[in-house]
Amino acid sequence: MINIVIVGVGGQGTLLTSKLLGDIGLNIGYDVRVSEVHGMSQRGGSVITYVRLSNDLPLYSSLVEYSEADIVLAFESLEALRALPYLKKGGKMIVNSQEILPMPVIVGAAEYPKNIIENLHERADVKAINATEITSECGTAKAANVVLLGVLSKLLPFSYGEWIDAIKNNVKPQFVDINIDAFNRGMEF
Amino acid sequence: MKKLMLGNEAIARGAYEAGVRVSSAYPGTPSTEINENIACYEDIYSEWAPNEKVAVEVALGAAISGVRAMACMKHVGLNVAADPVFTASYTGINGGLVIIVADDPGMHSSQNEQDTRMIAKAAHIPCLDPSNSQECKDFMKIAYEISEKYDTPCLLRLTTRIAHARTVVELGERVELDAKPYVKNPKKYISMPANMIARHIEVEKREIALANDASSMAINKVEMRDKKLGVITSGAAYNYVREALPNASILKLGLVYPLPKDLIFDFASQVEELVIIEDMEPFFEETIKSWGIECSGKEKTGVLGELFARKIAKGFGNKEVEELSLEQLPSRPPVLCPGCPHRPLYYVMNKLKLTVCSDIGCYTLGALPPLSSVDTCICMGASIGMAHGFEKALGREQAKKTVAVLGDSTFSHSGMTGLLNMVYNNSTGTVIIADNSITGMTGHQHNPSSGYDIHGLPAPQVDFEQLCKALGVKDIHVVDPFDIKLMEKTLREATSKDELSVIISKSPCALIIKQTEKPYQCDTDVCKQCYMCMRIGCPAIQKVENGVRVDETLCFGCGLCANVCPFGALKNT
Repeated sequence: MINIVIVGVGGQGTLLTSKLLGDIGLNIGYDVRVSEVHGMSQRGGSVITYVRLSNDLPLYSSLVEYSEADIVLAFESLEALRALPYLKKGGKMIVNSQEILPMPVIVGAAEYPKNIIENLHERADVKAINATEITSECGTAKAANVVLLGVLSKLLPFSYGEWIDAIKNNVKPQFVDINIDAFNRGMEF
Repeated sequence: MKKLMLGNEAIARGAYEAGVRVSSAYPGTPSTEINENIACYEDIYSEWAPNEKVAVEVALGAAISGVRAMACMKHVGLNVAADPVFTASYTGINGGLVIIVADDPGMHSSQNEQDTRMIAKAAHIPCLDPSNSQECKDFMKIAYEISEKYDTPCLLRLTTRIAHARTVVELGERVELDAKPYVKNPKKYISMPANMIARHIEVEKREIALANDASSMAINKVEMRDKKLGVITSGAAYNYVREALPNASILKLGLVYPLPKDLIFDFASQVEELVIIEDMEPFFEETIKSWGIECSGKEKTGVLGELFARKIAKGFGNKEVEELSLEQLPSRPPVLCPGCPHRPLYYVMNKLKLTVCSDIGCYTLGALPPLSSVDTCICMGASIGMAHGFEKALGREQAKKTVAVLGDSTFSHSGMTGLLNMVYNNSTGTVIIADNSITGMTGHQHNPSSGYDIHGLPAPQVDFEQLCKALGVKDIHVVDPFDIKLMEKTLREATSKDELSVIISKSPCALIIKQTEKPYQCDTDVCKQCYMCMRIGCPAIQKVENGVRVDETLCFGCGLCANVCPFGALKNT
């Protein structure tokens, strides 16, 4: 059984990512639970989705609770820190080191925490990459989540072909090549 | 074939396979994707209705005419639709009628935590509660069988974690059903007192029959494990009970109203301790206790928020898992998008220090700093009635600075009658229709003011100016909110006039139009660090040492920041 928590900022593509993971799980015969967030929080707020995959124990709940996540996949630094309690002992975190300021920080009511990545490294097994920068090299900043999937692929028992099929099934035809390029770059980490 | 489906997608699939012919709905999280998915099935007529009451009436008409029909909504939508629902319970149906209602324990995207099971009981109609997407699909078919067998509308209640969870579903084929003949039957379908006195007897008989049959229904099932602890549960709570208390015996209720009395007595007699675990209200618990069965329930989990496995485990005193405690982090509330046409409107209202009775939609986000310009938000359309109430209570002079603000979809949903009331009762208030020509918050569904139908095909577009004129409003202005000088002038005049005014603040949602302008930049040589541009609350603008930085990937090029900058430091040339 694998519990994955995906966090980010509304609009970053956590929904697409969780659906893609769920699709691969189903294709290779795993039982799957994916819990999504729709509605108000999507407007630039914190978003969190849960993916549970199992080929042994039965799954019931679609939630991953604190200290239960094998993997936390974070699209933004502050959200990575916020999601740290989800990670179980020995779990792994993958972070896009990009920083997006929330409104309380923008208006000066709060401060964006300093040195988040260092902080995370001290407290957990963390792989941090600047996926946004890497995807600009691929030609679209919007494929940052797919770079992270490339990193994630090293931690999950799916074959390369299964990942590529899922990418093809979940992105528009004209963006498939760019996304596969982004995925391959992520795999190099 | 197996498919990973959202609960809402599976409801739509269930409707398709059950031979449903008509579906009407008003969008509302967490129910919206049901009708969006229904629209993908060509064999089902689907539509967005202006509100839930209309949606239920459309579905009821279709059902009485002889076909299987449905309406979908979020929990508070059922309040709007309650009038036809309570009497449809008396008239009964012809073709099956299922009303799908999505509750939101934890209020992820809602204003309250009301429990639809209680409305099922109040209306004397059966209610089903699925635990995963497969059950969502299967229960739809069962709901139609119950509806037709017992001549009643049937509720199917979802909760957020069922509606918005993807689980595996085995797909089936559609059953094509012939429409049942419609036969005129005034005693059944005309709700005059004499007729309904007789129908009430039928309602009572039906409910007793259903309650008796419930004990042998396959969707109410007993899973016997360790008999020391027995749990009665349903829906999402069942999943959490399975994980938190894997050895407990369970009575899983698929039909959550009426309750299977015999089955519950039998189950209770077989276990040493009986506990009821249910999301939201102690609905099962109170009834089961009223039968003299000893059990516990809400003292273990409480009534607030949603259930989850650890909350249940904690209630049973299980050893707590060590959880990491985190330093205080800045919150990340949702915000109005860059380029959102609600932003300039709220900026001006904040500047004029108006008392704003606002409404349900993206524009409620104008409540948050730095715009901070909302005083009230209650339910769809309440802004208009409440602003009128302020005026009638405080008098014209004191209420002069009170305005009502609501979106185009909300106005079509529940605003027109409130405005007519203002006309009729001599209001001198101001109503602002924030018209972005789409139902925004729920993910851009079309509505009568968008000009398109549920399939994206051109449809008649309501003309709000003409509509307000026809309702009797004389002072009507259509203003582009990005023209903040004109918006301010119009608002000042409208709020000081001794007559009712409507301002249509018209500009499309930034998420549905193509960006045409280049992103803005701050010329730090010109910038005097007055930070006026920070007062518009745009997520693309960040304060830096010598001015501000505009994030060019976020900036929509709306130019509002340049408009409020007194020194001309923000440019996109």
